[in-house]
Formats: sequence, C-alpha cells, structure tokens
Amino acid sequence: MSRVYISRDMASVALGADAVADAFAAAGAEVVRTGSHGLFRIEPLVEVDTPDGRIAYGPVEPDGVAAVLDGSHANRLGRIADLPFFAAQQRFTFARCGVIDPVDLVDYAAHGGWAGLDAARALAPADVVAIVRDSGLRGRGGAGFPTGIKWQTVLDAKGDEKFIVCNADEGDSGTFADRMLMEGDPYCLIEGMAIAAHAVGAGHGYVYIRSEYPFAVATMREAIARSAGRIAPFTLEVRVGAGAYVCGEETALLDSIEGKRGQVRAKPPLPAISGLFGKPTVVNNVLSLAAVPFILANGAQAYAEIGFGRSRGTMPIQLAGNVKNGGLYEIGFGITLGELVDTIGGGTDSGRPVRAVQVGGPLGAYFPRSMFHLPFDYEAFAAAGGLIGHAGITVFDDRVDIAKMARFAMEFCAVESCGKCTPCRIGSTRGVETVDRIIAGEQVGAQIALLRDLCDTMKYGSLCALGGFTPYPVLSALDHFPEDFGGAPLAVAAE
Amino acid sequence: MPDTPETAAYREAINRFMCADGDGRGALLPLLHALQDEFGYIDDALVPHVAGALNLSRADVHGVVTFYHDFRRRPAGRHVVKLCRAESCQARGGAAIERAAIDKLGVPMGGTSGDGRVTLEPVYCLGLCAIGPNAMVDGVPVSRIDSATLDRLAAQVTA
Repeated sequence: MSRVYISRDMASVALGADAVADAFAAAGAEVVRTGSHGLFRIEPLVEVDTPDGRIAYGPVEPDGVAAVLDGSHANRLGRIADLPFFAAQQRFTFARCGVIDPVDLVDYAAHGGWAGLDAARALAPADVVAIVRDSGLRGRGGAGFPTGIKWQTVLDAKGDEKFIVCNADEGDSGTFADRMLMEGDPYCLIEGMAIAAHAVGAGHGYVYIRSEYPFAVATMREAIARSAGRIAPFTLEVRVGAGAYVCGEETALLDSIEGKRGQVRAKPPLPAISGLFGKPTVVNNVLSLAAVPFILANGAQAYAEIGFGRSRGTMPIQLAGNVKNGGLYEIGFGITLGELVDTIGGGTDSGRPVRAVQVGGPLGAYFPRSMFHLPFDYEAFAAAGGLIGHAGITVFDDRVDIAKMARFAMEFCAVESCGKCTPCRIGSTRGVETVDRIIAGEQVGAQIALLRDLCDTMKYGSLCALGGFTPYPVLSALDHFPEDFGGAPLAVAAE
Repeated sequence: MPDTPETAAYREAINRFMCADGDGRGALLPLLHALQDEFGYIDDALVPHVAGALNLSRADVHGVVTFYHDFRRRPAGRHVVKLCRAESCQARGGAAIERAAIDKLGVPMGGTSGDGRVTLEPVYCLGLCAIGPNAMVDGVPVSRIDSATLDRLAAQVTA
C-alpha cells in the first residue's frame, strides 16, 4: 500500500485538497494529512513515499490518482527540497511545516520537537531570557521590539500570576504565516509558549486567534489538548476573536480576552508590567514565539549569525496578491525586495509588469519598482517611509489604480477603528472624503495638501498603529505614484 | 414572570455554557460565540440573560455585541457568503468580482436577500492571499473566484 502526503492547510483545501485526499483513500492509499509546504501554484500537492524519498506531484486533480501512484503523472516535481523555490530557503521556524502530521506527537518529537523546551527547563529562567536576548530575535508582529528585553521586563515584574499571550490575530492582508504555522506545526508554537512561560514564571497562556481562521482554531485546540501533559504545569487555551482587525493591537487584544470591547489602552503601563487582568504579561506574535524552540535547541549564535544589520535571524516572508509563485518563503533578513518579487516570486501571475507592492499589510507603504533595491530589514524599510510589518508582500500589476488603494486604506481604517481616539475615528472618514475629491478632480492641489496634513495628525495623534500607520499607504501612494492623483488624464470618477 | 419558549431556550443554553466553561475569566466572548453558534444571532432579548449570568450590566453586553463585526443582531440568510475585500484579493481582480457577486446573488454587500436565502458579507482577509479572490461560503473556503465560480455559487445558494 502506498503512503501519500496531502496538505490539510486551509489554502490547500480551498484549492481542492480534500477531494484529492478522498480519491487517494478510495484507491486504497494510506493518506497522511500534513501542513502546506507553502507554494500554492503546485497545490493540491501530493507526495508519495518511495525508496528515493518523498516524490511530489502537483497540481493534482482527483482523477489523477492512478497516474500519481504509477509515477506517470505529467506534473511530477521530484523532491520538494530540490525545487528552486525551496532550495535556497532557510527554514528555521517552518522546518516541519508540510513535512509532518501537524497533531502527531510522535512525528513532532521525531523531527526535533521539544528539544528547545527540554533545553530551557534545564536552565534558570534568567538564562533562558539571556539566550533569547542574545539571539537578536525581534517581535515578528511588526513592531520589531527585542523579544528578550520584553521577557526580561516580565521576569523582573512582581505579580502573583503572570500570563503568556500569543497574538494570532493575523489580520493583515497579504499575510498568512501565522495561519500556516498553527495549521501545519502547532506544537512548535505551543513549545515556544511553554519556553516563554518557564522564562518569565507564567502559569497560563492564551492563543488569541481571529475567527476568520477556523482551521487554525480547530488544529490549535486539538494540539493543546494532546500536548497538555508535555507542557504541564503550564496550561493553555484558545480564545477566538470576533472579526475586529484592531484586536491585533496588543492592548485591544488583552481587553478582548477580558471580555470587553476591543479598544486600545493608553500606554504606559506596558502589558509587560500590567497586562492581562492587570498582571505582568508577555504578548508576542505567533512567529516570535515559534522562533524560540529553534533558538533554545540550537543556541543563540545559530540564529544570530543569519540576518542583516540589527535584524537577526530569519523571516517567514509571504508573497501574495498578483504574484506567480505566491507562498511562504523563509529566509535570513537582507534579501532585497526585487529578488523577492521578481526572482523568487516570478513576477505577476497575470504576466503583466509589476507596478507596485504593498509591504506589511493595510498599514504598510506602497513601493514602486524604483525601490526594489531595498534590503528586507526593519531599519531600511523605516528609513524608506514604510515598514516590514508581518512581512507580507502584496504584488500589483500595471492595472492598479493607486489612488483607489489610498482611498481603501482610509476606508479600511474607518471600518476597523475602535473609536477610542479622534484622529483615527474621524480622520479616517474625512480621509476617504478627501481622496474622493482628489479622484473627482476637485481642487486637487489644495485637497492633496489637506490630505497630507490629515495624515500628519493621524500619524502623531493616534493612540495605536491603526490610525498611526494608515498614513503610510496613503503618503507613499502620493509620493511614489503622483500620476494616479488628480492631474492624470485618465483619472476615473469616484465610485 | 413565566418564561416564553424563547427565553427558556436562552436560559438553558446559557446554563449549559456556564456549567461547562463559565468558570474561565473573560467568558463573555466565548459565551456570545456559543450562543450565536446555537441560535444563529444574538437576539436583543438574550442580552439581559447574558448580563445576569456573568454579573455584567446590560450596557456592557450590548457594547460588546455591537463592537464586534461577527456578532449579528438579526438572523442571517440560510447561506452566508463572506467575500474578501482586502488588498491581496483586490490585486487579483477582487473589486470586479465583488460587483459581479452583488449582481449575481442579487443582494447588496452586507445585505440579506428578501427571501432569506443568502447573506453577502465583506470579510477583510482569510489568509489565502496568493490564490484570491477568496470567499468563505457556509464555512467552506473558496479560492480563485471567477465568473464561473460565481455562477456555481449563485446556483448553490439560491437552489
């Protein structure tokens, strides 16, 4: 009987993986459901166990079962690791994703799982914090704050109880790494949270997952139940969001777990001092916590020696939108935007020229091709008027109207604003109206000046990054794509 | 005052949740999710019962129900299409698909058809950003939506 591996990742299922898996099971094959390797162009992907290793075929339709099993299928790809998209990756965090059965504890342990937690528990908490600090790991949610320093603050804080909170409210368009990790290697995140708990003295943790990710919710719940004995006395539970983008902001997320409206808190106090239920709390992104098992298992140096400038280690970069080779690409910092989009991404899926990319989700800047020399690095992107955020890159071809995208940035902010601070709540609506007037050709020069002034107010006057960073896409659109605003002869009427 | 059949069902559902999960802190969102899963929406008549069970004010509960996009105060259609409006789907032609979906399903974005068959709602990212335009149709992810996909969905949800 042949053994085949087929992803159960939500994207794979959306592309038809369930029907393919059913067809293989009906043909008598042993089907192992895995996470996704992360190249969606070749999905639904089937890997067949052979004496030469796992041989991949993709995309595969349900009627292709016989051809795959006898090796004659036209879409034979060979070994996944040998494909150009995968060969140059540095998979520290996503090493197991796509390879193992996500909830099989034996599989996880056989592929290096729990080595980080065992190493951590043999050390004093302060030594674990020191290793994470020395690794150079910075918050992968977007802000890039050094993880070790955050942990040190919580370790030093006095409290009768402390919490570990994982921010899995991955709401940025163009990002899906958190989702893939939770669906494809949930024990990696659980292990990272258990290490954090040991390092700071926390007893309980929450994984806050957005409701748009039902597959991740189910997989994490199953994995938490199965691994409860392995991470004890630390305990974990999943909390599900309810469709509010702003809950990805850490203090709004804490209020949401507490059962309140997801409104942003003023800082200070920092969550590390007074966080969930007023207790010292580590709030880290999925990718930050999932990087920790590698660091503890292999040492701070192994992680820190990869990277660029002050951005150390690897980043799971997500290639999204109108891109040929869309998917997940984990690599050390320093690779250029152009390499990512043109060489690895293969340009647009439509075959038309790449005109713009938005990096870092709805709050990230739009960059033209002339900035493709930028190295993927927190500081380099900040200096260029943008941010790497959660490392999603959304590619647009030459049909994009950047003025409409600037309008959408303001519209999205208006839809998702928590309403607590005025620049965000009211500024976003005034922003939509102002862009509409520019698109309609009314007093274009004066309205652009007004829009820039409004962006200035939102940037410096908002309580959190939603209102504070919405100016990034708007200002970068104005700066890099002026031909799409006002004076352009082909300016289209407002919708 | 004797319970109506509805309030009896509400009380029973809340009691069931409180016995199973009610000891956790911050139980309001999990309880509201459980109630919406069971009844399809959060009826205004539920609010006082929820408030009483968790020792909150009605205003607190109302504030939470109305803050989060997921919680409905009216029943949805029998089929729910959540269509992504975010940037990565727009980069793959999402705006045209949105207009076509409104046309073919015969409902405005955020609306429910008069016959109660289908609700069309916006969603801002499903995390399938390289294979859009995407939607969740009755909880099932659908990707690479084109005109033919919409015809199939329209037939499915209006059947």
